[in-house]
Amino acid sequence: MEKIVQLTLSGIANGAIFALVALGFVLIYKSSDVINFAQGELLLIGAYLTYTTVEMIGLWWPLGVIVAVLLAAIIGVLIEQLVLRPLIGEPVISVIMVTIGLSSLLRAIIGGIWGVTPRTAPQFLPRDTITLFGASVGVDRLWAIALALTLFALLTLFFRYSREGIAMRAVADDQQAALSMGISVKKVWAVAWAIAAVTASVGGILLMSIFGGVSGQIARVGLLVFPVVILGGLDSIPGAIVGGLIIGLLQSFAGGYLPPELGMGEVVPFIILLLILLIRPYGLYGQRIIERV
Amino acid sequence: MTKSNGASPPRPQLEIDGVSLDFGGVRALSNVHFNVYPGTIQAIIGPNGAGKTSLLNCISGLYRPQHGAIRFEGRNIVGMAPHHIARLGIARSFQNIELFRHMTVLDNLMLGRHIHMRSGILSGGIYWGRAQREEIAHREVVERVIDLLEIQSIRKKVVGALPYGLQKRVELGRALAMSPRLLLLDEPMAGMNSEEKEDMARFILDVNEEWGATIVLIEHDMGVVMDISDRVAVLEFGQLIADGTPDEVRSDPKVIDAYLGREHAIRQER
Repeated sequence: MEKIVQLTLSGIANGAIFALVALGFVLIYKSSDVINFAQGELLLIGAYLTYTTVEMIGLWWPLGVIVAVLLAAIIGVLIEQLVLRPLIGEPVISVIMVTIGLSSLLRAIIGGIWGVTPRTAPQFLPRDTITLFGASVGVDRLWAIALALTLFALLTLFFRYSREGIAMRAVADDQQAALSMGISVKKVWAVAWAIAAVTASVGGILLMSIFGGVSGQIARVGLLVFPVVILGGLDSIPGAIVGGLIIGLLQSFAGGYLPPELGMGEVVPFIILLLILLIRPYGLYGQRIIERV
Repeated sequence: MTKSNGASPPRPQLEIDGVSLDFGGVRALSNVHFNVYPGTIQAIIGPNGAGKTSLLNCISGLYRPQHGAIRFEGRNIVGMAPHHIARLGIARSFQNIELFRHMTVLDNLMLGRHIHMRSGILSGGIYWGRAQREEIAHREVVERVIDLLEIQSIRKKVVGALPYGLQKRVELGRALAMSPRLLLLDEPMAGMNSEEKEDMARFILDVNEEWGATIVLIEHDMGVVMDISDRVAVLEFGQLIADGTPDEVRSDPKVIDAYLGREHAIRQER
């Protein structure tokens, strides 16, 4: 029983982080059809920027996090403007290759600035454990869940009620019609990248606090975005959240119950990815594309 | 409202001035000239592939013609971004319906008000003061559109699930919700039965008379075109071959050629 509770909570915490990262990925895909292979590096940027503001400059940690997240948002917009804007109208495969290149480039820049050796991170989330249902659980995990839920709620409000959020939904639904309604599609893309950078950064910061350190390992989580969005559906925001939680839980249980020497925690998400591609390629909530010829 | 049959026509609201458009080596439009006057209904007709939709796309900014100018209320709009042109007061509908399929009719119409919304994220988020007054004003415009187009019963329905004829009507409504001064309609009656066509023709006339919007429409149904238009421009292979009142155009030999073929014209001469 104790083990189940522990595995469930850490699975949900990891899943919430995966969902945050996947959400940004889905936003970019929905509004601009770009498949962003550099999502993992956005996590790293958030983590290293927070490392800089909190550990190196010594800001009070909430302030440091806010500064880091804002800087990440600006970097997100810059990536969109400088790298992806010139690719409008190019074939999908070119755009994918460019984002793969972008991921290497960002990794190199990050290595150049902060070095490649892992650094000990500022531990701003409380490290103590509390007892829940007879199991001892890290408080930082609960923080991660709470923060992710808050962000999801804010984003839901944004999409439902704000002028910009509604414009984003319109662009995702029908780009031509959105243009004819006076909506600037370019502005929407910039906002999508800013939000993606913010959610990925928050994911990176949470992971940094949970791992107790910052290194390239954090970007590996970016790779898990693919099982999550394939499972949930590439173009579905609820799918990103549900997919993130499912992958988080499966990973946690596979790692906890299967023999550790198999390393199933690492492998299970990708087995899911393959299975979903075979039986339901549009994912749980994705839009089924029917082409009429 | 002025119908331009007097001696001195008013200043045109839209001037198509020597517009040419190439796609690679293919010439879609070639030196097209005509004017659209305020408050009129201007039809564009022509066989398939004549360049009618291309011309509409040039006006709404989706295509950028290589030569010529398009002036809206005296201002050249060639090269402007489509969303910028929409904000000048030019709305349009599409040949193949382009609605926000996953949203309700009401949401689609409210998106038509997008360009007129001022309040930002913060005040919009807390829905207070100006944001609330603004919302009420926008809702009033949308309600007027709903009344005019008789779509009260489907206001809460998701657009993707509606039958084709109603979707066409909602698309007209969404363009209307923008309170445009110029409305571009690309085959508003395509694929409709005669009853639906009659309804649509009535709505277009209402919009023109009650809202005072100038209308440019592409339509294949000659009966409707000749009935409701003030002026008709005829395109063939990207060239303007006639521009005048319905009667003038109907009896123009070049138009008869284009539509019925040279054979027919020759036979008639004999």
